[in-house]
Amino acid sequence: MSSAIKVALVGNPNTGKTSVFNQLTGLHQKVGNYPGITVEKKSGTTKLPKGAKGTILDLPGTYSINTTSLDEAVVYEVLTNVEGEHYPDVAVVVSDVENLKRNLFLFTQVKDLEIPTLLVINMADVMPKKGISINVAALEDALDTKIALVSTRKGQGIEELKLLIASYQELSTKKSFDITSIDAAYFALLQEEFPHQDMYKSWIGLAQPSPDKEANEEKKLFGKSKDDLKRLQHKETIKRYQFINSALKSTYTVDKATATGFDARLDRILTHRIFGYLIFMAILLLIFQAIFEWSSYPSDFIDAQFAALSEWVKMSLPSGMFTDLIAEGIIAGIGGIAVFIPQIAFLFLFIALLEESGYMSRVVFLMDKVMRPFGLSGKSVVPLISGTACAIPAVMATRTIESWKERLITILVVPFTTCSARLPVYLILIALVIPDGSVFGFGYQALTLFSLYVLGFLMALLAAVVLHKFLKIKGRSFFMIEMPTYRWPQAKNILYTVIEKTKSFVIGAGKIILAISIVLWFLGSNGYTEEFKNAEAIVNARIDANGLNAYSQNYINNSLAALKEASAEEGTRIHSDSLPSLKAELETRARQQEIASYKLEHSYIGYTGKFIEPLVKPLGYDWKIGIAVLTSFAAREVFVGTLATIYSVGSDEQETIKNRMAAELDSNDQPLFNLASGVSLMLFYAFAMQCMSTLAIVKRETNSWKWPMLQLGAMSIIAYLAALTAYQLLH
Amino acid sequence: MISIADLKKGQKGVIKNFDSDTVPIKLVELGCLPGNQVELIKIAPLNDPIYINLNGSRIAIRRSVASKIHLEVVKS
Repeated sequence: MSSAIKVALVGNPNTGKTSVFNQLTGLHQKVGNYPGITVEKKSGTTKLPKGAKGTILDLPGTYSINTTSLDEAVVYEVLTNVEGEHYPDVAVVVSDVENLKRNLFLFTQVKDLEIPTLLVINMADVMPKKGISINVAALEDALDTKIALVSTRKGQGIEELKLLIASYQELSTKKSFDITSIDAAYFALLQEEFPHQDMYKSWIGLAQPSPDKEANEEKKLFGKSKDDLKRLQHKETIKRYQFINSALKSTYTVDKATATGFDARLDRILTHRIFGYLIFMAILLLIFQAIFEWSSYPSDFIDAQFAALSEWVKMSLPSGMFTDLIAEGIIAGIGGIAVFIPQIAFLFLFIALLEESGYMSRVVFLMDKVMRPFGLSGKSVVPLISGTACAIPAVMATRTIESWKERLITILVVPFTTCSARLPVYLILIALVIPDGSVFGFGYQALTLFSLYVLGFLMALLAAVVLHKFLKIKGRSFFMIEMPTYRWPQAKNILYTVIEKTKSFVIGAGKIILAISIVLWFLGSNGYTEEFKNAEAIVNARIDANGLNAYSQNYINNSLAALKEASAEEGTRIHSDSLPSLKAELETRARQQEIASYKLEHSYIGYTGKFIEPLVKPLGYDWKIGIAVLTSFAAREVFVGTLATIYSVGSDEQETIKNRMAAELDSNDQPLFNLASGVSLMLFYAFAMQCMSTLAIVKRETNSWKWPMLQLGAMSIIAYLAALTAYQLLH
Repeated sequence: MISIADLKKGQKGVIKNFDSDTVPIKLVELGCLPGNQVELIKIAPLNDPIYINLNGSRIAIRRSVASKIHLEVVKS
C-alpha cells in the first residue's frame, strides 16, 4: 500500500470525538504541538480495511469554522490550507445523536470546503432511551454523504467507520448550499478580487478575526463594514439551518414522552444553592486527601527505588567525578521529579473524571458569579484548581475563557496557586523548622502546609482584584458554557489522559533538572583561583594550627551522640576501645568535608553565591541558600536538588539532605535553618515566579513578553518583601 | 419587550429579535435566531448565570447577554 490516508477528526465539544480517536488509534498516538503555537496536536495511526493505513488527526473541539479562540483557529488553518502538512484526504465530523442539528451546522461548513466529508453519529446506543429514531439512508441522501452510527461506549460501529474512511474517494464533495445567495453582488466582487480561489473560502477568510489585532484593523473588506460582515454571517447561519432543518424533517424524530429527567434531578442537587457548594467543597477536599495521603505510598516506593539505583551506580562504576555526577547529580535530580508522579497522576485523574462526567460545567455555572468581583470568570476555577498540580496546564486551560481580560487575569494569577513543584521545598523546610506537636488533633506541620495552600489562593484572588482595577482592557465579557448531559466516564479515555499529561510533565521538568544538575556540578567542582587549586594544603595547614572548625566539632559530637543513642536502643554498648578509633574516623571525614567546603567556597559557584549574598542576607539566607534560590528561578523543585549538590560535592558521606541542612550553622554558630529563615524561605517560594516553563507558556499564550515579564518582576518583588518582613519580625 | 433574562424557571419563549452588536456570532451559530425556541432550565444560586435550552443546546450564559435577546413567551 502507498502512503497513509490522512484523516481529520472534527466535531463539537462533548461529542465523544476523543473517544472515537482513542478507539481508532488505541495506544498508537502521539501528542505534540502545532509549530509555533501551544495548541496540543494529537495524532495517531490506525489499520484500515483492504490493507490501507490511516493517520488520524484529532482537531480541537469547535462549534464552527468561524473561530473565536486559538484552539479553534487551528481547525480553520488545517482545513483551509490545501498546501499544509496536515490538510486531510478526508474529514470525519463527529456528532452526538442528541444535538444533531447543531452538529450538522459544523458538518455543512466542513463539507463546503470541498473536502470529502463523512458523518459519525456517536452515542447511537442512547437512541431508544431518548426516543430518537433516524432514517440513516434518507439522511445520507439529504446531506449527500455517508454516515456511520457509532457507540464508543459499547465499541460499536468502529469497523464500519474504518470501511467508510478506506473508501473515502467515493464521497461527494458537492457543497451543501450556495454561499453567493446571501449577497450576490458582494460575491461577484470577491470573485474578481480572488479569481483563483473558491468563493466560500475567500468569504470565511475575510470573516475570520485574525489573532493579530493590527492585521484585523488593516484587513480589506471590499466596501463592507465589520457590522455588514456580521449581518452576512447571520444570514449564512439562517440559510444553513434552513438546509439542516429540511434535511432532518423527515429523517430524524424525537418522541419526547420517552425522554427521561435524570439530568434535571441530578442538576437539582449538584447546582443547589447550598448542597451545590458543599458538594464542590467535599470534592476538593477529597482531591487534596488523595494528593497528600494516598499518593505517599507510591511516592515513598519510587523514592526508595531511586536511592537504591543511586547506590548501585556508586558501587558498580569506578569511583570518581563522573560517577558522582551520575549518582548524586543526575539520578538524584531525576528521582526528585519522579517522586511527584503519583501526585500529578492523581490530580489529572480527578480533573479528567470531573471533565468527562460533565460535572466541571456545573462548577463553572455555580462559581461564575462568585469569581466576577475578582475580575475572573466561572471558567477561571478550573485553571486555579489545575494550578495546584502545575501552572503550565493551568495556563493552557484558560483558553476556554471567552473574555480576553478575564483570561489574561487568570493567566497572570495562576502561578500564585501552590503547584506541586513547591511541595518538596515546603516539605523539607517544614520538617526542619516547624516543631512536631498538634492542636485539636491537627499537626502543626500539616497546618503549616495547609496555610501555605490557602495563602496561595488568597494571593491569587488579591492579585486578580488589583489587576482587574488597573488593567485597562475593554471588551465584552461574553461567557458561554455548554452543560453537557451527565455521563459515566470511560475508563479508557481517563487512562489515556492521565498517562499523557503525567508523561509530558515529567519529561518537561526532567529536562530542566538534568541540565541544571550538570551545570551546577561543573560550576561547583571547578574554580580558577589559587585558593581553589591549593585548597587541600591551605585547609590542612589551618586545621593543624587551629583545630577543626565549629561546624566539624558539632558534626562529630552529634554523630557520636546519635551512635550512643542507637546502641542504647539496641541494648548493646559501644566498646570503650572502639570509641577513639571511631572518633578518629569522624575527624578524618570532617577534615575532608572542610576541604570540600573550602573548595566549594572558592569554586565558580562559590564566587557567584558570595556576590549575591548581600542581597539575600537580610532575608536570613547564606550564600549557599542564595545559590539554591537563584537556580530555582528555573524551576522551584531545583532548590532541594541544588542544596543536595552543593552540600555533597566531594563528600562521600551517606547523609540525608535534611540532616545535612539541620547541621548547617550560621556565622554565630547557630542553626542556619531556624524558624525565622525557614518561614522567610517558605514565603519567598509561595510568591516568587520561579518557573521558566511557565514564563515561556505565558509568553506564547499572551503573544507578548510584556505579561511574563510583569509576572516575573511583580512576583519577585512581592516574594522578596514578604520574606524580608517575615525574617526581620521573627528573628 | 421581554428578554431571555426575564423568563421564569420552566418558561419557554420564541426568539423575535436580538441586538446583533452584543450577541456574539458563536451564540447565533448555536441557534440563537428568530423563530427558535428557548427554555429557561435553571438560574444559578447567585441569580446569574442562567441555564437555558436554546434550540436543543443546553448552555449557560450571563444575564447581560441574555437581556439582549428578545422573545415572545409561549404559553404552556
